[in-house]
Amino acid sequence: MTQALFFQYLFAGISYGVIYAIVAIGFNIIYNTTGIINFAQGEFVMLGGMISISLLHYFPLPVAIALAVVITMLVGALIEIIFIRWLDSPSVLRMIIITIGLSILIREVALHIWGESIRSLPYFIGNELTTVSIGPVRISPQVFWVVGVCGIMVLGLSLFFKMTSVGREMRACSANRTAAILCGINTRNMVTLSFMLSAGIGALAGCVMSPITYTQYDCGTSLAIKGFTVAILGGLGNSMGAVAAGILLGIIEAYSVAFVPLAFQDAISITILLIILFVRPHGIFGSSAAARLKEF
Amino acid sequence: MRDSKLLKIALLIGLVIGIQALTTVTGTQYYLTQLTMSAYYALLVIGLAVVMGYAGQISLGHAGFFAIGGYLSAALTTHNLVALQANPVIHGLGNLGMLVSGQDIYGEPLLVVAPWAACIIAVCMAAIIALAIGIPVLKLKGHYLAMATLGFSIIIYRIGLATEYFGEADGISEVPGFTLLPAIGSFGPISVSGDFGLRVENYYVAWGLLIIGLWLLLNLIDSRVGRALRAIHGSEEAAEAVGINTAGFKLKVFVLSAVYAAFAGVFLTHYNGGIGPSEASVMKSVRYVALVAVGGMANVWGTLVMGVGLSFLSLRGVFGTYDDAVFGAILIVVMLFAPNGILSMNVKALFAGRRTTDEHR
Repeated sequence: MTQALFFQYLFAGISYGVIYAIVAIGFNIIYNTTGIINFAQGEFVMLGGMISISLLHYFPLPVAIALAVVITMLVGALIEIIFIRWLDSPSVLRMIIITIGLSILIREVALHIWGESIRSLPYFIGNELTTVSIGPVRISPQVFWVVGVCGIMVLGLSLFFKMTSVGREMRACSANRTAAILCGINTRNMVTLSFMLSAGIGALAGCVMSPITYTQYDCGTSLAIKGFTVAILGGLGNSMGAVAAGILLGIIEAYSVAFVPLAFQDAISITILLIILFVRPHGIFGSSAAARLKEF
Repeated sequence: MRDSKLLKIALLIGLVIGIQALTTVTGTQYYLTQLTMSAYYALLVIGLAVVMGYAGQISLGHAGFFAIGGYLSAALTTHNLVALQANPVIHGLGNLGMLVSGQDIYGEPLLVVAPWAACIIAVCMAAIIALAIGIPVLKLKGHYLAMATLGFSIIIYRIGLATEYFGEADGISEVPGFTLLPAIGSFGPISVSGDFGLRVENYYVAWGLLIIGLWLLLNLIDSRVGRALRAIHGSEEAAEAVGINTAGFKLKVFVLSAVYAAFAGVFLTHYNGGIGPSEASVMKSVRYVALVAVGGMANVWGTLVMGVGLSFLSLRGVFGTYDDAVFGAILIVVMLFAPNGILSMNVKALFAGRRTTDEHR
């Protein structure tokens, strides 16, 4: 492997990795406030990409993306209000099945609206041939968009959770729900908000990645599996861990192309997931003491 | 208890015969094809019902076991082994009478594994794989178990899709029939294959297999094992405290259900004459979970009724292009309003505005 190729793979890995990290953070936000893993998380990414592509016929790119994010957030809120809000302490098994059902429904609706064709947004700057040279490596400017937007999202989220009162209320909800209720926090609204938030960041990630990875009605499932792998790898509920784990997984996947057939690329992340689940279910950055308190 | 079980099984047998007679009288024998396929899917689903309903362990990987059974028996009974005849393993199999030789359509010599041997190999393989992944996987709970089993089935799907031996995206076709009993006098051979002339026979083979499977499961549920499983579902810690080997029981039913799935895969593949990677897809696994959920989780009879009924409607194409969406919607609606299954739904309580209580903790 030449040096140029090495860096080429590295950057490809990082740009995929941050996407996985965003999906994982989406999992984390909902998991933190509800204890639910939302199996429909990947579908938010797909919806963001698809809606923005459709809106592009009527609006300029930035407006289309902004509208797509807002619409996806509304979808997230609606899903929570219709399907989850009124359930009294539902069991894990029940929530798994409901969110799996939701992901199938969203996918099928997308199939009927947009069909099976593969779509994509145009490159934000230039086209697919535009590159920026860094030393021997040529990188599409879109990679910077992906990494930049995702980086800003992670920063923004951590500021939101630390600085704003709503963010602190959401964290209170995840730390101790009963105590949060006693403090006068409306925990049900916080859950709705967490669905909106994770739908929104998923949708935005879906928009910025669309020019590179393309969007199809069924691209959510594999993203959800990889996002979940990353969420576990980084320790469930730990956003900074998710970023590190996401970039790690992205890089591993990128280099794996050199060694195994492309068809097995998905299998690699799943194998990593299985190994992690068997060996360290609390993640490589999580603490085993805290893990014992969670329900695996 | 025992009497009512026998009565129900007798009724089911009567119904099976009755439906066959009805299709003959009305000239609608084409329904038998889908009823046969539905019976095989139901065989898988009742096995899964014991894992999910009684032991309380979710599995999104049963399409994987189905595919292991189907793919292995298809590959073994179609791939020509003539070139490998000198190989000691192949030679040994030949000496054991596990190979059949014949001629392909061009008159070239053909040497393949006999269907019965392939069936045993495929089912044993599924059991071994279930054992190997069950030991670590069943230590997990909730989301982790769901994702781990989902991951397993995706790996099987990928292997089917990317391996030349398993036909890649095309799958394996022209799988020969599976002769269960040779011809005895005028009574023709009983063979599992897609031959139209054998439609009635195949219908009875499928339902016979399903009823045997059902009988075994019902006995299992009423036995010590069944009581132990229900205890595990209620509370794993409490079950352990009264001396139940929870890990052992969970593993045993997981392997048992994998064997059911593999049998269903083997027989359905011979019946259809082929198998493709879609049989291992995530959507199939989700569909099986939906069928168990709608049947009422810890209710083998309900699962049987729903499994056969919905599979039949789906195979008849009643749902059209909304097939997957229907199963997704079923999952959501059942889990929201009737987590104990449609058949056990308390309609009065629902209309009285009382919230359904959650018993699947």
